[in-house]
Amino acid sequence: MSDSNPNDHRPAGAPTLLTRENPEETAGQRSVVPPKISVAGNYRPRPGSYDECLTAAGGVRPHYAGFLDSLDLTGPAELKRRWENSRRLVQEQGIAYNVYGDVRGMERPWQLDPVPLIIAQDEWRSLETALIQRATLINRILGDCYGAQDLIRSGWLPPALVFAQPDFQRNCHGIRPARDKFLSFYAADLARSPDGRWWVTSDRTQIPTGAGYALANRLVTSRVLPESFRDCRVQRLAGFFREAQKSLADLAPAGTENPRVVLLTPGPYNETYFEQAYLARYLGYTLVEGQDLTVRDDRVFLKTLSGLERVDVVLRRVDDEFCDPLELRNDSILGVPGLVDAAHAGTVTIANALGSSLLQSPAFLAFLPGLCRHVLREELKLPSAATWWCGQKSAEKYVLEHLDTLFVKPAFRSRVRGMQPGEKMSKPERAELARRIQFQPHEYVAQEWVGLSSAPALGEDGLGLAPRRVTLRVYLVATENGYSVMPGGLTRVAPVGDHHSVSMQKGGASKDTWVLSDTPVPEISLLEPAGQIIELRRTGNNLPSRMADNFFWLGRYTERADAATRLLRSALLRFTPERGGSGRPYLTPLLETLERQGQLPGHPRQNQSQSQGRGPVPVQQNSEALEAELLAAIFDPARDGSLCRIADHLQRLAMFIRDRTSNDLWRALNQLGVPLVRKPGGPVMLAADALVVLNQTILGLAAFHGLARENMTRAQGWRFLDMGWRIERAVCLCTFLDCALRSPEADNPSLLEAVLEVADSTITYRSRYNLLPHIVAVYDLVLLDEKNPRSLLFQLRQLLKHFDRLPRESSNSALQVILEGCLKRLRTLDPGELGGLASDWHISETGRAVQGTLKDLPLLSNALAASYFAHSEISRTGGGVRP
Amino acid sequence: MIYNLLHRTVYEYTAPVTVSHHAARVEPRRLPQQTAERFALHILPAPALQKTRADYFGNRVWGFAIQEVHTRLEVTATSRVIVAPVTAPALALSPPWEKVAELFSDPVSPEVVEPYQFVFDSPLLRVSPELADYARPSFAPGTPLLVAAADLNRRIFKDFKYDPVATTVATPLEEVLEKRHGVCQDFAHLAIAAVRSLGIPARYVSGYLRTRPPAGKERLVGADASHAWFSVFCPSTGWLDFDPTNNVLPAEEHITLAYGRDYTDVSPVTGVITGGGSHRVSVSVDVEPVEPEGAAD
Repeated sequence: MSDSNPNDHRPAGAPTLLTRENPEETAGQRSVVPPKISVAGNYRPRPGSYDECLTAAGGVRPHYAGFLDSLDLTGPAELKRRWENSRRLVQEQGIAYNVYGDVRGMERPWQLDPVPLIIAQDEWRSLETALIQRATLINRILGDCYGAQDLIRSGWLPPALVFAQPDFQRNCHGIRPARDKFLSFYAADLARSPDGRWWVTSDRTQIPTGAGYALANRLVTSRVLPESFRDCRVQRLAGFFREAQKSLADLAPAGTENPRVVLLTPGPYNETYFEQAYLARYLGYTLVEGQDLTVRDDRVFLKTLSGLERVDVVLRRVDDEFCDPLELRNDSILGVPGLVDAAHAGTVTIANALGSSLLQSPAFLAFLPGLCRHVLREELKLPSAATWWCGQKSAEKYVLEHLDTLFVKPAFRSRVRGMQPGEKMSKPERAELARRIQFQPHEYVAQEWVGLSSAPALGEDGLGLAPRRVTLRVYLVATENGYSVMPGGLTRVAPVGDHHSVSMQKGGASKDTWVLSDTPVPEISLLEPAGQIIELRRTGNNLPSRMADNFFWLGRYTERADAATRLLRSALLRFTPERGGSGRPYLTPLLETLERQGQLPGHPRQNQSQSQGRGPVPVQQNSEALEAELLAAIFDPARDGSLCRIADHLQRLAMFIRDRTSNDLWRALNQLGVPLVRKPGGPVMLAADALVVLNQTILGLAAFHGLARENMTRAQGWRFLDMGWRIERAVCLCTFLDCALRSPEADNPSLLEAVLEVADSTITYRSRYNLLPHIVAVYDLVLLDEKNPRSLLFQLRQLLKHFDRLPRESSNSALQVILEGCLKRLRTLDPGELGGLASDWHISETGRAVQGTLKDLPLLSNALAASYFAHSEISRTGGGVRP
Repeated sequence: MIYNLLHRTVYEYTAPVTVSHHAARVEPRRLPQQTAERFALHILPAPALQKTRADYFGNRVWGFAIQEVHTRLEVTATSRVIVAPVTAPALALSPPWEKVAELFSDPVSPEVVEPYQFVFDSPLLRVSPELADYARPSFAPGTPLLVAAADLNRRIFKDFKYDPVATTVATPLEEVLEKRHGVCQDFAHLAIAAVRSLGIPARYVSGYLRTRPPAGKERLVGADASHAWFSVFCPSTGWLDFDPTNNVLPAEEHITLAYGRDYTDVSPVTGVITGGGSHRVSVSVDVEPVEPEGAAD
């Protein structure tokens, strides 16, 4: 954009832009401001629209003055540097927005513009009053539609507006939420027209998304511009979230002490999953999916490892019709069967009330002024974008006469087609649209465009300011006496050159919104005020069984990554052109293990225990092909078992458990995959380069292990993570030992060296035995040494400890039996026998013990899953006969 | 007429079901011409919770949940229903259909708010110019609404072939219209969508039909079936039922269970199960005509 280009010299005589709102002050007298490079020096809004920062005459609006001054003190270079830091912060915090249909880079980093939209206190006060009025009105209308329907009967609301809407959930009619709050949360999209007035372009009445992003934006922006933030007296957001907590607690059915609130998410594939996890954590709620909840006796419960726990309030991010497959949309797998009945019974409150998307229809915009006069006996304070609902004859006539200037869209969430934003229609297309409108007029609305205002954003070079179109989403929460407005909001920024639409899905950015205060701003935090007596707790909320499942697999995959990395490293180290084929016999067991584990093509992992005494690996006859295979085992995203695929799995699991782990842990997992991604057409990768990557990966995994070990409380989550580790480590170790024992060179010190290396026990061995690796000593160390944290016995003992502490059900005795069997096998084992053999080590007692363990471990894993993770799929049974 | 009704639905699952929630609309609706006595719902295994409420359309819906592990569920509804004879209104005296359609456009008269529910698209049914075209020959300008509806009823009976295997619940109406075959549910849906395409409210009726054994044969117990037909709103007389599968105006031999916008609103037994694998449903219905008590013997 040329406006932000520092090389864009202004023509001589052009008006100076940075002037104060003072008619006395002309361009020539600007000496009050020191003549230095100003950040806003090249800022020039487009004529014809309202600019948030400059007046039409080019003067700075008073509420921006302080901010621009402080920006100048910071200076363009420093601003740019900070901004780059903050981008890293966004990435590291994992602030993201999912884009549907994008499998690999599923989360896209949040695009944040660091220059806030600033709103003066007076203007905000009037907006606040108007928004509270609007939320109150919408709540009343919702209550009427799902109750008495007087507004329809008395003619204030055309019946089609309700009855024709697919979003009118008839099965939810008659549910009365606590305190008649149908609308606990509400958001409105605002735009400012060229005359400076704010207009509501849409109401978000069902699931007002984005408040969490607004909070995340605030945290980053206030860190990038701490001086400006402090000097400008910006109103804080925390108070709003405290109101939200209080409001939700108040919604619990009467008489509930310590109500339990859960946040119901559609799951990690939802576009705003980051926000859901972020809010759940910030507000202290359990993040649950539909399958984590169950309805028994008309009450909602959370399924946890130790049984069912009562839920009182559901803050939902699942759309109305998906919330209950029994009473609402029956193909939903996101919902909770029986939830509607529970809501009817009044044992649970759902926020916002089921069916509240009804009022999101743009058709309502045309009726709010009249409804406001009728319901609240006052004028609607904030106008809506001019809207014609074609269900009325006069409106239909007007729309058909003005099809070329209006924007036509579906009135309801339905299959009818309107116009695409910015679309120019040909004459036949317009005629076709007119025909469709005439056939079903109530299905269409037409709106006038609201011209968007512009506000300063950081230019593309990161140095100066450039004007960008903005819209503002503001948030309200129900309080005891009405509604309370978040002092701020999510300002969304249109992409360069786009004048009409602002959409996160289409790649727009967002920014913080600063509402200024005339008085010093008090600090607010979500923490309880000091001095309050706190009840000490040594256990957290019970772990949902789905989470236990995720932790378990996180353990297994991190360990799988660790084992694969070590095997690949050992293989690459032994494979050098210099050694040529001479290292081959010692390489074979490594390659065979990689094959069995799926990193190399050949034998699928499952059949490992059946393969009896195979000869040397047939693949990889020449060195070049072998090297290519090893590199593919690391970097090939198309290969199932490749390291980069394992890293993908880890990243996904990390997302699933996001609300249960620290940011550091999450970051460590997220960084793992970074060196494993190779850009097509990148530099040629050599074995030496791959070794560097493998070493990095091992360190990355160590960081994760260390963080988990040091920072996770020893509660259920930790227990399942560690069990996953132990089982996977035992599987990988036994697989490799089985391959090694099958080698005709099983007692060769070079091969034993590899065994120690893969089991990470080289140093331990050296400290105990001052001699070359010997088969008896090596196998004793990796199988039976209970002090060696890499030994098989150590893994099994740890598992036993965990099993003893798991919540009991009679069914987990299967677990104990399998594990006891494994331990018993090891107790009677004497690796001394290996010293007396010259071949066929794999059919010795030791070899059989390794193979036996290898067979039992998958059984153990399955038994664990059956006892603790069982969350069967729900399905629907039909009505039977069709006469 | 008096009938003893029995409607049994049996689910058999290939894997154990740990918990299930169900909704049943199997209680005959109370109507001016229809009274239901001794309604009972027997559920096996016994539900942990069983309750009833009126749904949005005034039908009685029974909700129940089974919370014990089971592989078979049996839901049996029994009742005795008395259907009084009604005199059909004089069809030719009904207002011209355009006058009725006008009532349901802008501005809406407050007295038609209730039937207004049934003039719009519903979960399974969407109006279309093609459906309007199909209805048009019956709806010539100025035709009394009920005459037109009766003619549409007759034409569907004549134009469409009853074929119990040609369609499923998921078969779209366009296909039924094109291929000209289906079952009673398809015919009711077709009629409703066609009438709505002209701007007139129509609703779906689920129920049973008395069947008569072939001459000289005994009536087979349990061989009856659920049935469905449609109903059209006429301001002067209220709702009037039409059965396009049999080309009749339902009278003493039709027993009404429930009304709705289409099948989804009134499906007799639905459920959501956890576990269960695949399942098999079998339904048996018995409509047994009985002599008034004390009349015989």
